[in-house]
Amino acid sequence: MTTKKQDDNQAGITQEGRFYSAERLHAMHDMMLYIRRFEEKAGQMYGLKKIGGFCHLCNGQEAVCVGMEEAAEPTDYMMTSYRDHGHILARGSDPTAIMAELLGRAGGIVGGKGGSMHMFDKEKNFAGGNGIVGEQVPIGTGFAFASKYNDDKRVSITIMGDGGVNQGAVYESFNMAALWKLPVVFVIENNQYAMGTSLSRASAETHLYKRGISFKVPGIQVDGMDVLEVERKMTEALEHARSGQGPIIVEMMTYRYRGHSMSDPATYRTRDEVDEWRSGRDPIVRLQKQMIEAGLATEADFKQKDKDIKKEVVAVAKAAEAQPEPDLSVLWDDVINDEIPNAYPYPRQVG
Amino acid sequence: MAKITYREALNQAMCNEMERDDRVFLMGEEVAEYNGAYKVSQGMLDKFGPRRVIDTPITELGFAGLGVGAAMAGLRPIIEFMTWNFAILAADQIVNAAAKMKYMTGGQYDCPMVFRGAGGAAARVSSQHSQAFENWYANIPGLKVVMPSNPADAKGLLAASIRDNDTVIFIENEINYGDIGEVPEGEYIVPLGKADIKRVGSDVTLVAHSRMTGYALLAAEGLAKQGIDAEVVDPRTIRPLDEATILASVAKTNRAVVIEEGWRFAGIGAEISARIMEKAFDDLDAPVARVTGKDVPMPYAANLEQYALPSVAEIVEAARVVCNRA
Repeated sequence: MTTKKQDDNQAGITQEGRFYSAERLHAMHDMMLYIRRFEEKAGQMYGLKKIGGFCHLCNGQEAVCVGMEEAAEPTDYMMTSYRDHGHILARGSDPTAIMAELLGRAGGIVGGKGGSMHMFDKEKNFAGGNGIVGEQVPIGTGFAFASKYNDDKRVSITIMGDGGVNQGAVYESFNMAALWKLPVVFVIENNQYAMGTSLSRASAETHLYKRGISFKVPGIQVDGMDVLEVERKMTEALEHARSGQGPIIVEMMTYRYRGHSMSDPATYRTRDEVDEWRSGRDPIVRLQKQMIEAGLATEADFKQKDKDIKKEVVAVAKAAEAQPEPDLSVLWDDVINDEIPNAYPYPRQVG
Repeated sequence: MAKITYREALNQAMCNEMERDDRVFLMGEEVAEYNGAYKVSQGMLDKFGPRRVIDTPITELGFAGLGVGAAMAGLRPIIEFMTWNFAILAADQIVNAAAKMKYMTGGQYDCPMVFRGAGGAAARVSSQHSQAFENWYANIPGLKVVMPSNPADAKGLLAASIRDNDTVIFIENEINYGDIGEVPEGEYIVPLGKADIKRVGSDVTLVAHSRMTGYALLAAEGLAKQGIDAEVVDPRTIRPLDEATILASVAKTNRAVVIEEGWRFAGIGAEISARIMEKAFDDLDAPVARVTGKDVPMPYAANLEQYALPSVAEIVEAARVVCNRA
């Protein structure tokens, strides 16, 4: 890693031959920090019982969210499982709408119909937010099928976890995607635990990037705590898929700092293990160090930025909370498109 | 009008819709090179090529989900299950994804697609290949359930289902594929959610769908010989249900028998008879009777299989009971 002045005198960092401008590095840093603070706020609101149901936070996994989004085109499709706040924030969706969804408000990103597990933003090509483990994998393969059908060079970034990767639907998808050379990047966020079950207790082959071997789907393993490596490897993977070579698996080695969901005290892992990842490998601290070393920012800059982001998140939470709950009439909206009058069950009524 | 088979009628509907809309494609096991396990897609690969008529591996959950994603991305998939027995493997994608996608996304993503294939009892294939599942899907908000009983309806309802902007569960009948009937040529649409009175009568209403419509018509002939004039109502669309046509018929005949191939418990007949009780209690001169498949897995032996299914004789008998003629 070196500090480098480009021809246009732009400051930045070059890593593995790839140049990242100061502006871009700041943007990546700020988004990771934003996700961290947003999730902390969500956790706090959950503790206050303002958020209901299941709530899965992604603290620790921010580099995966941000690095992937940095590599992707806005027209590329993206979908994941229920640990979705970070990914949709990184896609650039409105944080107030996301927080409002968590709070079950009218202005929620899906109008208060989905909650934490079902964040969708069609305008940003973010297709969930899917609650059944592994369910999004055939769906993501279908988006890739549509890309190939329409020949529009869009790639489907289909994300699953180290738990989801044991679902049969995943292998059915690997096989079809490879058979038909569909433009899909299968991202496995390996945060080491499927709920409370460690990787080695759930997977006979723990090198998850090898899971595509029988389907001739190549795989790579990436340090998911290094946002620059995520961006770089993801760029390669996207190029592979976009150029018509078919699917590829990207295993992101990462870690979630919190329990599986808000009700999980995570007693299945040691304090030392969590600390090792948190203090030794934290993706935000890591990038901050790199940027300070490169003379692109000071510790004081980051402290100030953190204050600013915390303030922004507080304002977002306040604005979301100020929204009304959905009107009861929306209960009947969006069940079907083509309603058939006078046929039972009657559109918009009981009986 | 040309006389063609039920399977040819389905084929015409798919071909017409694929000609008018490039977003429509057909995917499933053996649909392309083999020309369909039941030959419903005969000739379609030659006509439309491998981009739009796609053979899949035996991977129901996978290709059902692929269809959901393709629909969300703007295509209009026809996903063929060789039979609905195998669709159980794909139930997560149908129930948890397709049916809920519009609602769960606050209206952002649509899932305009047709899941279709053979349902109901087949001949001598035992427990795992002979079953009726329309009540499973009819229970789920977000799905439409369509079941044609003759070739003309098969064509018109399938075309309407492909054009519909919701997810349609289209259940064909394996035994009916070879049935011949008059079918309008060219574009032909039968709107969803509209029942059809297949026989006009005044003494008793027989409500029957899919293969049972034919049984009800045969029973009506038998009843006519006994001086009972039966009206046969085919809902055609199970969900949403054209309740009004059924209730109007019951208001006229004051008696009803509901017939289905599926199991009795929590079946379609349970729903229809409950609705008649709720909304037409005062019209009834006798309790509604149900004729259903027996509550057992389908056996193989010819006599046991026949005994497990509803029969024309049972329908006649049930009609006589509700007419106080037993």
